[in-house]
Order: sequence, then structure tokens, then C-alpha cells
Amino acid sequence: MLDRLQELHGEAAGKIEEANTLDELQQVRVAYLGKKGPITEVMKSMGKLSKEERPVVGQKVNEVRQDLQQLIERKEAVLEQEAVSEQLKKESIDVTLPGRPVKKGSRHPLTSVVERIEDVFTGMGFQVAEGPEVETDYYNFESLNLPKHHPARDMQDTFFITSDLLLRTQTSPVQVRTMEKHEGRGPVKIVCPGKVYRRDEDDATHSHQFMQIEGLVVDEGIRMSDLKGIFEAFVKSYFGEDRKIRLRPSFFPFTEPSAELDISCALCGGEGCRTCKGTGWIEVLGAGMVHPNVLEMGGFDPEKYSGFAFGMGVERFAMLKYGIDDIRHFYTNDARFLEQFTRE
Amino acid sequence: MLISYQWLSNYVDITDITPQQLADELTLHGVEVDAVEELGAEVNKLTVGKVLSCEQHPDADKLKVCRVDVAEEEPLQIVCGAPNVAEGQLVAVARVGGRLPGGVKIKKAKLRGQRSEGMICSLQELGFEGKVIPKKYSEGIFAFPENREPGTDAKEALGLNDTVLELDLTPNRSDCLSVLGTAYEIAAVLGREVTLPEAPVTVSEKKASEIVKVTVEDKDANPYYGAGMIQGVTIKESPLWLQTVLMASGVRPLNNVVDVTNYVLLEYGQPLHAFDFDRFGSDEVVVRKAYAEEKMVTLDGEERLLSDSHLVITNGNEPTALAGVMGGAASEVENDTSNLLLEAAYFNPSVVRQAQRDLGIRSDSSIRFEKGVDPNGVVPAGRRAASLIQQLAGGEVLDETAEFDELDRSEKVIRITLGRINSSLGTDLSAENVLSIMDRLQFKAEEEEGEFIIHVPTRRQDISIEPDIVEEVARLYGYDNIPVTLPNTPSTQGGLSEKQKQKRKIRRFLESGGLHEAVSYSLTTKEKEAAFIGAEQRRVAVALPMSEERSTLRTTLVPHLLDALSHNRNRNRYNLSLYEMGSVFHTEEENVSVQPQEQTHLAGAFMGLWEQHAWQGEKKAVDFFVVKGIVEGILAELQAVAGFEKTEKPGLHPGRTASVVADGEEVGWIGQLHPSTAKQWSLPETYVFELNLMKLLESGGDEMRYRPIPRYPAVDRDIALVVDHKVSARELEAVIRETGGELLTRADVFDLYEGEHVEAGKKSVAFSLRYLNTEKTLTEEEVTLVHSQVLKALEEKTGAVLRTQ
Ligand SMILES: [Zn+2]
Repeated sequence: MLDRLQELHGEAAGKIEEANTLDELQQVRVAYLGKKGPITEVMKSMGKLSKEERPVVGQKVNEVRQDLQQLIERKEAVLEQEAVSEQLKKESIDVTLPGRPVKKGSRHPLTSVVERIEDVFTGMGFQVAEGPEVETDYYNFESLNLPKHHPARDMQDTFFITSDLLLRTQTSPVQVRTMEKHEGRGPVKIVCPGKVYRRDEDDATHSHQFMQIEGLVVDEGIRMSDLKGIFEAFVKSYFGEDRKIRLRPSFFPFTEPSAELDISCALCGGEGCRTCKGTGWIEVLGAGMVHPNVLEMGGFDPEKYSGFAFGMGVERFAMLKYGIDDIRHFYTNDARFLEQFTRE
Repeated sequence: MLISYQWLSNYVDITDITPQQLADELTLHGVEVDAVEELGAEVNKLTVGKVLSCEQHPDADKLKVCRVDVAEEEPLQIVCGAPNVAEGQLVAVARVGGRLPGGVKIKKAKLRGQRSEGMICSLQELGFEGKVIPKKYSEGIFAFPENREPGTDAKEALGLNDTVLELDLTPNRSDCLSVLGTAYEIAAVLGREVTLPEAPVTVSEKKASEIVKVTVEDKDANPYYGAGMIQGVTIKESPLWLQTVLMASGVRPLNNVVDVTNYVLLEYGQPLHAFDFDRFGSDEVVVRKAYAEEKMVTLDGEERLLSDSHLVITNGNEPTALAGVMGGAASEVENDTSNLLLEAAYFNPSVVRQAQRDLGIRSDSSIRFEKGVDPNGVVPAGRRAASLIQQLAGGEVLDETAEFDELDRSEKVIRITLGRINSSLGTDLSAENVLSIMDRLQFKAEEEEGEFIIHVPTRRQDISIEPDIVEEVARLYGYDNIPVTLPNTPSTQGGLSEKQKQKRKIRRFLESGGLHEAVSYSLTTKEKEAAFIGAEQRRVAVALPMSEERSTLRTTLVPHLLDALSHNRNRNRYNLSLYEMGSVFHTEEENVSVQPQEQTHLAGAFMGLWEQHAWQGEKKAVDFFVVKGIVEGILAELQAVAGFEKTEKPGLHPGRTASVVADGEEVGWIGQLHPSTAKQWSLPETYVFELNLMKLLESGGDEMRYRPIPRYPAVDRDIALVVDHKVSARELEAVIRETGGELLTRADVFDLYEGEHVEAGKKSVAFSLRYLNTEKTLTEEEVTLVHSQVLKALEEKTGAVLRTQ
């Protein structure tokens, strides 16, 4: 019987070795180790053996079974490995094909600029105020020291709705509206972004609708030097640390003294180029100390309070920032334009 | 304002500073110089030549062959095509090797076989603008009106060595609308003196006041009127120096008298007017308001219809000039004029401004009067003009100008303390600093007990209050020298309001959903909105629109978004989703009298494919539920509680439109464009939504709170229900939720089927239900009980039966 076992062991080991697939291996397992397999037969017939022989054969049976089991497991691992390799080979793809893009829209560049400027100023303790686009003559002009028939009204050609209602020509009316809400008590620190309208023919540099951001600080003891300080902080934060600022005297009816703020040209570093018209400087905003009449109309005592205000054109900022050469692009909503701002 | 550098240098010493440096200094101190133009920059080798002979070209009808003396051994032979070239003329010759504007290089040439050694120039060819060239020289070459030595420098003689500064003046600095005013500014900036022009006049014994009588009916409108008389003048062409300086200043020379009045206008900023006294029509000047519908013909040949708010100069009978704006044609100075009435007056700015606006005229006079001329400059300017006219046109200047004079010439006095100046600017200036600045400005100032008493010269009409003085100090001290500080205010809490944050959140949500943000115009037309909003809707209209296209304020955002889709489709862009957040304007009034309601709306428009992955063959066109999903997402972002109800709306597909309803009120809508609306915009299947963001922001929910994760398992049951076609998913869900009670935590539609496997007129809707008890594990019996109640209720209330295979 031991010989028979020996023989079966050799036979089975050979078949295990020869098995090419997991199926074949399974067949070998069933054929030799199954309930009806020859080794089981050997075990069943052990009853015929003597007491002395039985444990010897029993042990041999176990040895053979265990060895075959191990051989099968080893073979199984090899075959599984091969099967996986085969499968993976089949599953191979062309990794150079384009990926599936994640849908992403874009923020309009005017919104991006407004949000960035809001962020810089809110970081400096400003709040964001808003006001109506259809304004009264009082808030748009009179309260800003521009009485009816004032020559400076010509600076802004206005869309009137009635003799008293108009499309605001500037975001400045929000100044007085905000001051009124503060009922004569400072400090006021606001920026007000919004749409404004002027009777300009639309062309590459003019638009009958555009956006401004107005700013206002009112408190006791505000000085013109503070205006310079706030601007320097703003310019460095928005345009970069290496930008220089320059203030030039100017005129706005609602500020006195008034100033125009220039920043050094980034393109030429101040040497002078086409963008800066050879001056090395780029005009970015108008500002000044709030005119006492405006403080008074906003309910603040000009003997006690002072302040500064500033206004900037959002399109201009966007054009400078992104190098856009035609203001009409902002309002055409051409996908080829908008999509470029997906990463902003 | 164009200002000649050479002219300026007569009144203030600027010899040591280049025009560009001067421009920079002015700009930095408050008078912006827009451009610095070197007149003859592109002209060289230009010589005075004398035309010795001028003969017809043998082979060209329109050419002449001239021999021109340029003080060299041999005269030059020059072929010239100008019709007016003639023997004996002194002309400007561009020499061989020289250059002219526009990159023209002068070379020896042969023209139709005739040699030409240079070019006889016209003023255009020398770079003068057509509108300033005297009529006489506008066609053909220029000939010197006065003697010049052949061979001398013609560039110099034509004023082409000058530089012109173009000032971009702010409305307050009308004092710089004159050469003298600018000279004062330069003197202040550079710390120099101003030399005033001299005006020597030989006065006759006759008195103007005895020949002409001046009556002013409205002394507020015309507080000063001076009528000077000059008799026996000779009208002729002005000398070249006067013509060239006028041309450089952008004014076309006409004749000696008119040129002088224009010259003095530019010099003093004081407009003057010369009447031909023989054509004036009487010997009295009456200044009065025009009558209603009175007519007059102005110098430019236009008939003007006047009203009683306009001021006119009359001869007692009819208007001879529109005060401060333009003279009348009837009494214009002509070639045969010999007796002049020279007007020097002060007209009230608002009166001139009114006429300028009503009649649409802006003249060199009116733009100065409307800002207010210097009351102390009126008489000197008149005297200066009389002097120059006498010098250039001869004649007798009569003594005693006929006058009406109620003009206030007093100077404003402003008191301000040093402390006020320093605390406004953040500076640490001394009293001496301030006094020195006042001295440079030629403002008389004294210090008295810590207070400055400043007398402001009348030429500076813009200075009237303390901050004006602060600005003068600041700009002359230099804005750049003001220190940089930060406000000493208590620190404030900056940031966005809740609503502002919510708006940003929605933008982020839509961006990440693949929508591009559009910004469009607020002004539109009723017609453009007609597809969606009935004509009966009241609108806010602009009184005088610039174009029909931009005449009313929008009441919906959708039409302009459709314009944008259409624009892109015309550029072969077929798949696009846009949104816009902006104001719409509503009024209840037929004729708007109060501010309209302005509400922030949010709208979207979608066309073409929503999902696409080309090489994997995946395509998903946008449909109602894509848009609904986005709107649901917005509502979720805002934690707004709102539902959708089937509805019909103009412009939209009647079967594919829903209202968004919150608190029983419509806060927006979603829908497919009606095919005929889509066609109107040349669009394919297109979906839109519009929400009243203001209302949604107000209905926003509470702060987010954490809910514990369930500790017991849930039981899921899927059901497919066959119901009548018209029973909505929402009705089914309502019954399920109502009956399922607290144990039911979810009821989601997962399938919809209509077709051959269900009865006609019916549909199959499949729901996935989830039951959960947060307190304990649900038993099979409990679930079966509630689930069978749900099925029963569905059948009773909606007729839904479980679908059997
Ligand atoms: Zn530059």
C-alpha cells in the first residue's frame, strides 16, 4: 500500500506540475484528494491492515495529502499570478488619451477685480456698502457739492430719467447715504463697488455702463497723509510690493484738496513705454479730502470730523491687470473671453 | 488749452528749463500737461527763397518751373505744382537733403524731364493743421506776407522752433485758460516773477463816451460793459509773428483786428469783441435779455432762436451779439471796416452757460465766461487790445471808454490757522513755509496771532474756503513731500455682510457647476423683453436715450443672456451655460417720480450639451432637470425653503415650465424657451431660469447644526408604482412621506417608465424608500406594517398600484 501511495504521490505531483489553468488544477485536486479519489480509497481500505501497519500507512497518507495540498497551493498561487498578469495585460489602456475635464465655469474679470479690492480693504477694517443705481439728483450731485448748473457737472454726462432721477454717474452717492446712516458719528470706513452710467458712445475706451469702487474714511483727525498711507498699503497689496505711488493735485467737486493717484508702470518699471505713454506712471484713481460741504450734508460736523474719499474704475484695473485692450469685451460675454478667466 | 512755450517765455523766465521739464513740473503741481509738441520736430533745412521767375513746364499743364534765389551763387530750379506760385513771392524752400513731416525726404529729382532742386512748401506740408491755416494759404504754397531775406532760416520765421504744451485743465483751473494765468502758475511752481505785457496807447482827444452810450438792463447778468472806440483802422493780414502764435495756439488767423482780439483772449483769458461800428446800426449799446423767440444771425451764419433767459448786446433795436458767446453777422469786421467798437465786458457765468447749453455753442469766449473771468482783467485786456490794434491796424484810439460799471473787483479774504493746515495734511510746516508759498502764488498774506489772513487775487476764482488754501499749500509744498501715515482711528471690524457673503457663495457654486459669469447692460428695450414681459409692465425709461436699443431699464436678466448665447452661437460655440447676477428695476408708476424698486436677480441660460466626453462617446444635452438641479443647488446653498410648481409663462414651453415658490410667493422660475422664442434669438433648445435673489436671501435658513449619525441599521424597500400619467412625482412623494411618518427617512425617485409595458395613459414611477428608527433596530414586522400602509394610502389617494412583472 505504501508503494501505491508512493505511486499516486508521484502521479499527482506530475499532474499538478502540468496543470496550466486553475480549472485543470482544480480537476487534479478533485481527482486525487476528492472523496472519491484514489488516496481516499487507500484510506478506506486501511481497515484491512494490521494494527502495526495502520499507523504507518495512516501517517504516510497524511504526508502525501499534505504534500499534494502544498503543491496545489503553490501551483495555485503561480497560476493566479499568471491569470492576473494576463488580465492586466488585457486591461492596458492608452494613458496619453485626454482625461475627462472637471466642469468649471468662470468668474467675470470685473467681479474678480471687485472681490480682490474688497478683500484688500476689508482686511484693513473697511466694510462693503452698496447703493441704488437709479439715484436722485440730490445724492448723485447736490450732496456731493455739485449744485444744479455747476460747470463741473459737464465732467459727467448724465442719463436722466426725470429732472430729479438719474442713472448714477458715480458710486459717490453711497458716501452720503452711508454717512447719513452713521448719524454724525465716526468712524466710517467703507468701500462701495457698483455699476455706473454715463452718456458716452461705446468704443474701445468708453462704455456707457461701467463699474467703480468708491471708498470713504471719516473720523476725527483724518489727514491727507493717512490717505497716502492707506493707498500705499492698498497698492502694495493689490499690485505688488515693488510698485511705487505718486500723488498729483487734481480736482473733484466733492474733495478738497483733491489728488490723482499714479502707480509706477509695471511694464517698463518706470522707464516709460507705450502703456504709460512714456511717463513711467499709470493713473489708477482719484481721491481727496472730503469737502466740508459734503461732510455737512452727510450729517458730520466739518469742524470736528475730516475724511478722505477715493474712486477707481474697475474696468481700468482689469485692463491693466490682464492686458485687455478693449472695454467692450467686458460686456459682450463672448465665451472665448470669459473662459480665459476660469483659473482666476 | 494749447500754450506756446515761446509766448509763455515773454512773461516768465523759463529759459533754463526744457518744455518737457516744465510740463512735468506743472503736472506734478496740479496743472496736467497732456502733451508736449515740438512744432518743427520733423522739419529741417528750410530756407526763405525768392521766386525770381516762374514759367510753365513744357510737358505738364499743372506744373511750373521756378527759379528761386536762396542767397547762393546760383538760384535753384524748382518744379512746383501749386496754382498760386508766382514771381516775386518770398517762399519757404525745403532744401535738398532736408526733411518734412510724415518722413518726407527732399532729394534732387526730375519732374517730367525738368530738374527740381528742392520743394516750395505749403503750410500743410510743414505740419500745420488744416483748421488753423489762414484761408489765403489753405490751397497752395505759403508766401511770406512781409519782407524776409532770401537764404535766412524759414523754420524760425514760421515759428516752427516753438514747442506747444497741451494743458488738460480741471474745471476749477480756468485761470490757466490764458497764457498769463499759466505764467502765474509757472511762477508759483518755480518761484519766479511774472512780467506783465505793456500796452502803450496813444489816445486822441475825442471821447468814446461822447459818441456811444452804454445801457445795461440787467446788472447781475452784465455787471461791467466797456465800449472802446478806434477810428480809421486798416484791415489787413496780420504780421507773421501774430499769425504763427495764433496757429500754434490752435486759432486760425483772419485779419489784424480779429487776430488781436483772439490774441488778447488767449493772453489774458478775457474774451473781447470788435464790432464794425458803421454797421452797428446805432450809437447806443443796450444790453438786455432777449425776447421770447427773438432771432439773430450769428457770425457763423446760423440763425439762432433766443429766449428770455439769454443775454444779448443790441443797438437799442435788434441784437448785434449773443453776449459772451458769439458776435452777430451784421456788424462783423470786414475788409472795408474802418471804425471799431471794442467790447470788453464781464458776463455772468450762469447766463453764458445757459445760452451755451440751450443753443449748443461752445466758443473760445463762452468757455471762459462760463467759468468766470478775472474781474480785474477786463479793462487791462481791453487796453492791451487797443494798443495792439493801434500798432497793427493804425487808427485813432478814443479816450474815455463808454462804460457801465457795477462790477465787484474786491479780493476774497480767507483766514486759516497753521494748525488747521498741518492737521489737514499731516505735515509739520512752519509759518514761514506757508507765507513763502503764499508769496510764490502772489497771494497777499499776513500772520496775525497764529492766524493767516490771505487775500486771494481775483484771477483765482476757484479759491474761496479754507480747504482751498490747504490745497494750494499742499500742491506747492509737493504732494510727494506729505508724509505717509495710517489713520489714528480705533480699529474697526471690516468685512462682508451676511448677504454679501451669500452672494459670493452662490457665485462659487455656479462656477464650480461649470457656468460662466456674464455681465450685460442694464439699459435695454421694451421690445427685447416683450417675449417674457407683457407691454403693460411699467418700465423706467431714460429721458433722452442715446439709442433706441438702450432706452429702458431691464426688468428681467434673461433677454441679454439670450443675446449672449446667440452671439456665441454665431461664432460656432454651440454648448454654453451662462449666469448673471444683477439689478432689475420695477416701478408701479405710469410716469416715474420716485426711485424704482431695484432688486438683485440671478438668471441662467443654457444651450447645447451639458456633459460631454468626446472620445468616450458621452454626450448629455442640457434639459429641464439639469437646470432644476442647479436651482435646487442654489436654494440649498442659501438654505432657502422653496418648492416647484408647474406653471405656464410667456416665452416658455407650456409643458416645461415651473415656478419656484417660497412662503406661498413666486420667487423665480425655470423653463425651456418656447420654440418660437428660441427662434427669435436663433437658438436651439434652450433652458433658462431667473430668481429674485433678494427674496431668497431674506428667506435664508438658520445656521447649520450637526445631526448624530444613526446607530441602528436602516431598511430599504424599492417600489414601482403604476399611476395615471397626470399624477406628479411630488404628489406620490407627499403621500409616501405623510404615511411613512417618522420611520420614513428617504423617498427617492429612481426610475420613470412610460411605454409598451404599461397601460396607455399610465406611467411607472419607482421609488426607493428607507425606513429607520433612530432609537432601536427596526423589526421586519414593523417595516412591513408601515410599508403596507404606505402602499394602501398610495392606492387610495392616487390610484397607484404596485407594478407586477
Ligand atoms: Zn511703462
